[in-house]
Amino acid sequence: MAMAAIWTGMVVVSILCGLAQGSGTQVAAAAVEGAAAAVELSLSMAGILCLWMGVMEVMRRSGLAEGLSRLLRPVLGRLYPAFARDREVMDSISANVSANLLGLGNAATPLGIRAARLMSRRTPGVASDGLCMLVVCNTASIQLIPTTVAGVRAAAGCRTPFDILPAVWLASALSVCAGILAAWGLSKLWRD
Amino acid sequence: MELLVSMLVPLILAGTALYGMARRVDVYDALLSGAGEGLGVLLRIVPALAALLPAVYMLRASGALELASGILAPVLEAVGIPPETVGLMLVRPVSGSAALGVGAELISAYGPDSLVGRTAAVMLGSTETTFYTIAVYFGAAGIVKTRYAVPAALCADLAGFLAAAWAVRLFFSS
Repeated sequence: MAMAAIWTGMVVVSILCGLAQGSGTQVAAAAVEGAAAAVELSLSMAGILCLWMGVMEVMRRSGLAEGLSRLLRPVLGRLYPAFARDREVMDSISANVSANLLGLGNAATPLGIRAARLMSRRTPGVASDGLCMLVVCNTASIQLIPTTVAGVRAAAGCRTPFDILPAVWLASALSVCAGILAAWGLSKLWRD
Repeated sequence: MELLVSMLVPLILAGTALYGMARRVDVYDALLSGAGEGLGVLLRIVPALAALLPAVYMLRASGALELASGILAPVLEAVGIPPETVGLMLVRPVSGSAALGVGAELISAYGPDSLVGRTAAVMLGSTETTFYTIAVYFGAAGIVKTRYAVPAALCADLAGFLAAAWAVRLFFSS
């Protein structure tokens, strides 16, 4: 229901604000534009999605995914206790985390989606604690080298575009920790 | 270093293929069957985005974000976040490209080595497009009951913004 409330809120607020500020026509046009952009965006990620799902299948069949997840198991097993013994899920999450760390956002999404689909088999239609944790960890960035931002800084004439790295790492770590703590705390408190 | 970063994807592709060949896996067949699965996933993502993006676009066009910026600025100053970054913080969870646009604007207007420019850069680097991620993941997995995922993810965003402002002060306050 959270998304239903947020979605309705966004639309109502947009219309009220648009009317109050005289940008009603732009708001109306934006709704149609957004729907078109959704299909464009989906199509633009279709190729990458298929490619990385394919690569993941190669990694799974060759045992590379298993090796990766053995490396990350001490941490991930604790974050996803319900799935710690589910090999396929742990392999996918490990690949997702590795891609995120390497800054391969395009690869991380398909790998994470694969994990989400495997996890949702146990609780169809409902976000289990593990699924919530997966989504929260992916909404918090854990990228080691933020190349896009560094590019923007360099374009603005910065000579040392990577000097923000320690600050980015600290902020990312705190943000991920806050997300994990929030997800863990809410999992104890949440009553459906 | 730059070359290595730009070659990362092809290197991973080659490495995976070579490792697969060494383990006697039919690499190409695996690639095809995985890619086919990707197409099925895509079909579930399209409706999720087609529902979310019109609302995001409407919100952006309505001027509601600018209105909220004006109201929130004094609050931000009180907790140590440069109030100039309020627009960035508001669009960050809903649109990645808009956030990059707003961030790039701040960085070039205030200078990449200014407090505002650096804070904007760190905010961009340490957070993700929350609503897009939630829509894509839950859409693909067919999740209707999202439970506490949205509030928990927003907690992470908020912590990221605060931490970005503090980290910049910590490392560059001289």
